[in-house]
Amino acid sequence: MKRPATGALLVLMIASFPGFAQIDLSGSWAARNYGDALGNRPGPGPSLVDYLGIPLNDSARERALLYSPSQVSMPERMCSLYAPVYIMLGPFGLKLSNETEPLNGTTIAWKIAGWEDMASITIWMDGRPHPSKNAPHDANGFTTGVWEDDVLTTLTTHMPPGVLRRNGVASSDQATMKLRFFRHDDLLTLTARIEDPVVLTEPLSLVRTFQLSEGPPFPGIGAPCVPGDEGVPVAAVPHYLPGKNPFLEELTKKYHIPVEAALGGAETMYPEYRKKLKQTYAIPDRCTSNCGGPGAYPLR
Amino acid sequence: MSPLLSLLGAVKRGSVAALFVLAGLALVRFPAYAQGAARGPEATPKAVAPFDMTGYWVSVITQNWRLRMVTPAKGDYIGIPMTPAAKEIADQWDPRKQEASGEQCKGYGAALIMTLPERLHIAWQDDRTLKMDIDSGMQARIFHFGRLERAGGKGTLQGDSVAEWVPRHGHRVPPGTRSNPAALYLKVTTTNMLPAYLRKNGVPYSANAVLTEYYDLSREPDGEEWLFVTTKVEDPVYLDNPLILASQFKKEAGSSGWDPMPCSVQ
Repeated sequence: MKRPATGALLVLMIASFPGFAQIDLSGSWAARNYGDALGNRPGPGPSLVDYLGIPLNDSARERALLYSPSQVSMPERMCSLYAPVYIMLGPFGLKLSNETEPLNGTTIAWKIAGWEDMASITIWMDGRPHPSKNAPHDANGFTTGVWEDDVLTTLTTHMPPGVLRRNGVASSDQATMKLRFFRHDDLLTLTARIEDPVVLTEPLSLVRTFQLSEGPPFPGIGAPCVPGDEGVPVAAVPHYLPGKNPFLEELTKKYHIPVEAALGGAETMYPEYRKKLKQTYAIPDRCTSNCGGPGAYPLR
Repeated sequence: MSPLLSLLGAVKRGSVAALFVLAGLALVRFPAYAQGAARGPEATPKAVAPFDMTGYWVSVITQNWRLRMVTPAKGDYIGIPMTPAAKEIADQWDPRKQEASGEQCKGYGAALIMTLPERLHIAWQDDRTLKMDIDSGMQARIFHFGRLERAGGKGTLQGDSVAEWVPRHGHRVPPGTRSNPAALYLKVTTTNMLPAYLRKNGVPYSANAVLTEYYDLSREPDGEEWLFVTTKVEDPVYLDNPLILASQFKKEAGSSGWDPMPCSVQ
């Protein structure tokens, strides 16, 4: 009698411990960029000086206002890769695969393939520790993962400075990112909690959705980047001087959003902020640019 | 060697004490199942709930802000896979007429409401029914576990919602690994909705629309709890492909932020 009972308990325990519990996430997951159609928008990305809903501190806001979009045309930066935070900000889908230990088949890492402007991410599942805080930071960052009730939960550290929104809101090299991969049927909901003591007054929470692709597998990486001349001379850093950002009132002109709101801050994340807007906001008559519409979102 | 592996090794060597420790751990790990076993087959959806959704939750709007915090301009359809028929209707939207005709709540239907800036109050109405009050638009949603007694009939703004706890391990599991049978999420399917808006600026959904929602909960080490809602709207009339959105809510300690506001076109 003892052996079957022991066996049953072992099975139960193996099933119940996060390190063993896991579901299959592998495959090509197509981005469904409806939930952040403004932030994940391909091409130009979000409007300039749209810091709405980001819990920025004052110095990070001042820095963001110095940003010129021509910085991406700098020869030195043209081919640089975004930090892993970009997984929540970019327009692309995910290609996920697991790397197994050859002798027993257990998953020692999950891999998120790179995009043309983001390095691949390796999620170590073998319990290895994060490097020393003094270790170098690189475009891949360092990521570990555990299963929590069949939800893959990861922590990324050692990232280089990057962006929190693709319009000049920067993250520092002190940023950390916790991701959770919630799978439901053919949908994958990815949530992020980004903490950055240099930039944020409280954690920035983001959420994206993906759908399992029925098409051919996604390529693991984009075409090689070759720096070219986009009109910005070597060593020049396009920028706006303090108080001179010409796009400061962009959201006000186009969408009637007050400048105070456009500059973000934790207050703008919560429902109470609508009361402030009531005094100043009126629905614009008509959308004039980037309006979407039928045919704008073919399934891929 | 990890404590778990040591324990497993001790059990393998025949240690009765280790066996008891393992049994204890298993019961801690599967409290709902342990309770269910004690009660037999009568365990209710409330009793087997894998996480506690009850309480007050505040939405945290960090994405699509100007499409959610305020009513955007007429014709702003970015992010909606709409059909030409939907555009034709939405192009006729007039906020003054909507207000004058008393249809302000069309922007608060089940397919849109979870993405609005708002607070939720969630409570069990009984052992098989979860009730969600929403302060924005002063709406209420009812999630019925099991068969819906009042199926069909006249549609309502919040529709008829059927809920179920769904195991994640229904998905394919990599060879040599196991899933956790206690890992569940809440799936809610809503039909019989009155036609209303997918965006407050008049983008329509039809009475044929089906809303599928997935509710997940996470807990941070500091005790902060988050509720994530993934919604999929399928509408053969007004959507080219499913509209998939997600929204996030942070748990609040009490009702101090609760602020019921009537439906508004603005």
